Amino acid sequence: MRHLLDPLDFSKEEIAKILDLADDIEANPSKYAHKCDGKILATLFFEPSTRTRLSFESAMMRLGGKVLGFSSANSSSAAKGESVGDTIRTVSCYSDIIAMRHNKEGAPLVGSKYASVPVINAGDGGHQHPTQTLTDLLTIRKETGRLTGITVGLCGDLKFGRTVHSLIKSLARYEGIKFVLISPEELRVPDYIIEEVLIKGGHDFIEVRTIDEVMPDLDILYMTRVQRERFFNEEDYIRLKDSYILTKEKMALGKDTLRVLHPLPRVNEIAKEVDDDERAVYFKQVQNGVYVRMALIMTLLGIE
Amino acid sequence: MLKIDSLENGIVIDHIKSGNGMKLYNLLGLDKLDCCVAVIKNAKSNKYGKKDIIKIDGVSNVNLDILGFVDNNVTVCYIENGELVRKEKPTLPEKLTNILKCKNPRCISNAEDDIDHIFYLSDVNSHKYRCIYCEQEYTDKH
Repeated sequence: MRHLLDPLDFSKEEIAKILDLADDIEANPSKYAHKCDGKILATLFFEPSTRTRLSFESAMMRLGGKVLGFSSANSSSAAKGESVGDTIRTVSCYSDIIAMRHNKEGAPLVGSKYASVPVINAGDGGHQHPTQTLTDLLTIRKETGRLTGITVGLCGDLKFGRTVHSLIKSLARYEGIKFVLISPEELRVPDYIIEEVLIKGGHDFIEVRTIDEVMPDLDILYMTRVQRERFFNEEDYIRLKDSYILTKEKMALGKDTLRVLHPLPRVNEIAKEVDDDERAVYFKQVQNGVYVRMALIMTLLGIE
Repeated sequence: MLKIDSLENGIVIDHIKSGNGMKLYNLLGLDKLDCCVAVIKNAKSNKYGKKDIIKIDGVSNVNLDILGFVDNNVTVCYIENGELVRKEKPTLPEKLTNILKCKNPRCISNAEDDIDHIFYLSDVNSHKYRCIYCEQEYTDKH
């Protein structure tokens, strides 16, 4: 049985197939409207989420399946002290596939050891978010026509930003990717990504502290939010939250072919005025997230 | 010079990097043994200048995974009837289960009691181990 816990759980070839399927779903939605008739997706969100949970639910419903679950730990047995393993073992009896978000890193891996149905990591603490990565890869491929030979700037909270960690790990498997890591010192990419992925893999990367200096070089700018919930100390959050704000002026420094992505939600790191710029594709990215989750659910359930 | 009797039956862990003797003593759980255990610190070593040695009387099974993790330059000598019968060099274990604890407060292994603490060898050259759940590197620092 396959799970998706880490962005590297699928090979490049398998990812290409999922992205191709997502493209076909977008082009021919009616062909897929009943692919999951009679199937149930459980969305176990021990940590609050709007986008990812609704995206999963929308994906399953668009495939003709049904959805059950909870949207916070308080409304689950976790509030009574139930272990992740027991919850997953129980929910495996109610559903055909599980999408799980948890504030503790590695919780979906623990859950998968007890599951009798496929488990999808829908985000675990500051660790990984592989379905956002599939969304990002689909968006990059659609917008640039390729997943090779691109300069990707990642900006903001690169320390706790799980979407960033997953995206770097995944993009590092493609040829000719140059990584530009833009963050304050305190929010640098964790050492394990730098050492295990970028240095070990011999990848081209630079770390910078300001966005303006690198803006003209970028094909993709991946913006992230400084997340309040990842800080133990409110003072640190307040000091760093406005570190990088993307404005019209900064956009003017970018190429015509630049594309700006953001896993959302945003707070103020992208000024509203940027939304009208055709290079801002973060709302298209949201739509892509539904197609790619539809493709993922079908793949893990073995539905052709 | 300090004199400690040779063993009749048991194990000598030799060539321990000076200063690691007590760390090994604790990680191997030797404090829980009933038998006679000697930890010798800063013994003379032709090879290293100084070394630590542990002698365990009457015990013949030692978890080499832990030894390999703490100091894979050590030599384990098995003694029977006063004779050296076997020497072993530990290797770096691929996986460490329930020997180390992850120090990342966001890791699931620190949130639930019945989860095995598992680390994998992520880099042979630098002897780095990472938690399988959160991928945080193990360090001695608190």
